[in-house]
Parts: sequence; structure tokens; C-alpha cells
Amino acid sequence: MKEISLHILDLAQNSIRAGAKNIVIRVLEDSAADTFMVSIADDGCGMAPEMVKAVQSPFVTTRTTRKVGLGIPLFAAGCENCEGSFRLESEPGRGTCLTGTYRRSHIDRPPLGAIADTVAMLISANPALHFRYEHNRDGCAYALDTEELRRILGEIPLNAPEITAFIMEFINSNEAELESMEVQKS
Amino acid sequence: MKTLQELEAIRQKTLNELNLRKNREDGIRVVVGLATCGIAAGARPVMAAFVEEINKRRLTNVTVSQTGCIGLCRLEPIVEVYLPGKEKVTYCKVTPEQVGRIVSEHIVNGSPVVEYTIGNFE
Ligand SMILES: Nc1ncnc2c1ncn2[C@@H]1O[C@H](COP(=O)(O)OP(=O)(O)OP(=O)(O)O)[C@@H](O)[C@H]1O
Ligand SMILES: [Mg+2]
Repeated sequence: MKEISLHILDLAQNSIRAGAKNIVIRVLEDSAADTFMVSIADDGCGMAPEMVKAVQSPFVTTRTTRKVGLGIPLFAAGCENCEGSFRLESEPGRGTCLTGTYRRSHIDRPPLGAIADTVAMLISANPALHFRYEHNRDGCAYALDTEELRRILGEIPLNAPEITAFIMEFINSNEAELESMEVQKS
Repeated sequence: MKTLQELEAIRQKTLNELNLRKNREDGIRVVVGLATCGIAAGARPVMAAFVEEINKRRLTNVTVSQTGCIGLCRLEPIVEVYLPGKEKVTYCKVTPEQVGRIVSEHIVNGSPVVEYTIGNFE
């Protein structure tokens, strides 16, 4: 995948398929520690320990097992190729948390990319679910939380055109803000 | 910077249209394949183009949602369009540039864009 935000869209599909009601996406960047961390936590059906092991095994073996797909191995390999790490915690009936870390300055680390598109598409296609997206870079942070939106919007569905447009602008402008802080510092 | 404050104004404006959107059982469904194969092949910009086009035209009876892998990975991005009472139509290797025609000819006017459909790929 060319963008980390595409992995996020892909991994969130797993959560949706697992019947999650709450999906929390976190991006945590630490330039001093040179890490770029992504986590996706859900309260879906979770996985049994054997499954947790199976989905983490390398491409070649997982590809042939057919029941196991590409999404997680691809993400894990991407992290590991950038001197990072990958962790998968899951419990049947409780949920799943996936965490991938890249070395932030690694030349092969993909950019976060169009995260506004990822989050806006997730919400617009799944207006009844609760999504939270947080981005923290060196202590500067913001979040978009559909619970907060719902509190203000009342009965207006989160896939109404104006709301989708708002979500895109909200994320784009806050991402630009995070970006500009970094430029100021350097 | 954008804050949540603007949402209150948007809410007032949107409330007026809300009744139009409620209970559309008769709705048209656009379903985008968002498995790993679909996303890697470019499904996200295609989905974004559908949402944008449908919102721009204020097609309140159309919903855009996602599905997993339907087993035709080499033909992704795949988009299925369901019109009430009609056979499902499957579009393959869809690009954002094609979305305008699919929306205007198929979703609005009811005639599928045959040249983009699966029959042309098999
Ligand atoms: N968040 C989750 N909750 C529960 N089960 C999960 C979750 N994520 C993954 N799984 C299980 O692990 C399997 C492998 O996931 P992975 O994303 O690698 O492949 P896939 O989703 O099956 O196919 P692909 O991602 O290639 O479209 C899934 O099919 C599912 O059974
Ligand atoms: Mg997957």
C-alpha cells in the first residue's frame, strides 16, 4: 500500500466485518524517538489464540490457507521493513487491537496520505458505528469523534452530504495545522 | 483551523432536508469492494468520487457502502449498483473518472454504462 491511511481503511474493514460498534484509530508520531505508530482498536468478535497466530504468519503460508487474507500480513511486513514492529492483541468476545510501528524517518515509510478520505469514507459508509480518529504528533493532538458529532447533530445521519464534507474539511485543516507546527519547529 | 462549532449551523440547514432522506427503503445502493485487493487497486478514490458525485447532485435516495472480496481480485476496483427491482450491475476496474457517467446514466437515468460492466472483462 502506498499510504498508511490505506492500511487503516483496510484494517478497519476487518473491524467492521467483526461486528465492532466502536472503532478507535490512533496515529502517534514521536520525532525524538523517531517512531510513527498506528493502532486500530475495536470491540468486535475478536479472535481465538490460534487465529491470532495464523494471521500473523508470513505471506507465503497465509496466502495458500485461503481462509487467511492479505491485509494484516501486508501491514505487519510494511512496519517490519521500516525497522518497526507489529503487535496483535485479541480476545474472543471482547475485541481486537492492532498496533504497528515504523521508524518514522525510514526512507520506505509510506506517508500517512489521504487520511481525511479514509475516515470520511468509513463514517459515511457506516453511519451507525462509532469511530474515533486521533492524531498526536510530538504532543500536539486533535481528534474526530463521531459521538461528539452526534451530540451536536442529533438525529441528522452522519452520512448526510454536508456532514461528509465537514468531516473532510475538519480533518484536512487539522492535519495541515499539525504539519505547519512541525515546519515552525525545524 | 476548523472546529466543531460550525456544525450547529450545518445542523439547522440540514434538518430541513432530513425528512426527504428518512425511511428510503426504495433506495438505490452502490457497493464498493473494500477488501485489501480492492483498496490496493484504488477503491478509495473511486468510493470518494461516488460519495462526492451523489452528494453534489443531492441524490437523497442513494447510499454508498462497502463489501469485502468477491473473488475477482484482478478486476478490482469493483462496484455493484443495485436499483430497486432490477438485476445487480457489476462494474470492474472502475476509475474515479468513470464515476460521473455511472451516476448520471445509470443511477439517475436507469441505463447501465455497459462498456464498464463485468461482461466486457470476462
Ligand atoms: N479486527 C478483527 N476482529 C476479528 N477478526 C479479525 C480482525 N482482523 C482480522 N480478523 C480475522 O483475521 C483474518 C485475516 O485478516 P486479514 O485482514 O489479514 O485478511 P482478510 O480480511 O481475510 O482478507 P483481505 O484483508 O486480504 O481482504 C480475517 O479474515 C478475520 O477472520
Ligand atoms: Mg482484511
